[in-house]
Amino acid sequence: MRAILRSSPERGGEPREARWRGWHELRSSPSTRLRLVPLPVPGRSFSLALLLALASPASAQSSLPPSPYAYTQLPDSKQEAAAKALMETLRCLVCQGQSIADSDAEMAGDMRALVRERIAAGEKPEAIRRWLIERYGEWVSYRPPVEPLTWPLWAAPVLFVAAGAWLARGRFRRKAR
Amino acid sequence: MRRLFLWLPLAMFALFLVVVAVKLRQPGDSTIRSHMIGKPMPEFALQPAVPGRAGLRSADLRSGRPRLVNVFASWCIPCRAEAAQLDALKRRGVPIDGIAIRDRPEDVAAFLQANGDPFDRIGSDPRSQVQFALGSSGVPETFLVDGRGIIRLQHIGDIRPEEAGQIYAAWEQAK
Repeated sequence: MRAILRSSPERGGEPREARWRGWHELRSSPSTRLRLVPLPVPGRSFSLALLLALASPASAQSSLPPSPYAYTQLPDSKQEAAAKALMETLRCLVCQGQSIADSDAEMAGDMRALVRERIAAGEKPEAIRRWLIERYGEWVSYRPPVEPLTWPLWAAPVLFVAAGAWLARGRFRRKAR
Repeated sequence: MRRLFLWLPLAMFALFLVVVAVKLRQPGDSTIRSHMIGKPMPEFALQPAVPGRAGLRSADLRSGRPRLVNVFASWCIPCRAEAAQLDALKRRGVPIDGIAIRDRPEDVAAFLQANGDPFDRIGSDPRSQVQFALGSSGVPETFLVDGRGIIRLQHIGDIRPEEAGQIYAAWEQAK
């Protein structure tokens, strides 16, 4: 069976926030759900699908080319490595499940350019992270800080190992008896 | 105690189901709010987005009067939808400046021609760098800046007719 992916709008009619952040958002937006819909054999809907596939979007992204350093590495390999490491831990603003290193969104490209230019200018990666966190909150960083709110997160592995050891100890004891 | 323990896995499973059901009914809010509210406008100096018009510098926003800064783009469809609201705010006396994101002069000119031009100054931000400095994550967004250049409010998304009143009230209050 052939199938196409079709997004179905959320119940309740109008989307809560009609804001344009690029076509890629259709993929990741929580307000559109992807669902498999069987596609009938050639007919009107097939030609419609073909038309849709051939049509160019009325307005996709901006018509400007990507920033110079969006897709170009820094000449200095050490600086590029530092930039890459930082980009992998920064969240893309428009495609919220991806890092800016992974995303092809225009805005992620502009953020990569920002990171590379600042690193080339001698700024420390952590200073750039702080600069972004100041503006977008901890949300923008994929590396959770150690603070009261995240203590459970950091403590969980230790607690689980401790609980496991305690359980195992009980079992060994019973066997020994 | 032991009997209670036996129910624990089922209780945890039930809790899991409740969490899933709640989250399915109300998916999380994915709006990213700027953390710059209450802070001074970051320093910038933008070239004019349309030849012959004034560009936008952060110093222009410390004018002693609260102003709106509309972050928009000619390629953004909701920006067209909110144009009428911006015009109405302008007519009620609210000064508005614009920042055009990733735009070409001819496209901005055509956009203003088609949708009206409520802007005193329009700066061009061709690589979204000022947008990042503002903590903005998309277009359109509207910032209210008071007379001392402090960001007072961020409106995310297009301004709907029913929201224009709140923005006007916030502007009045910032005076």
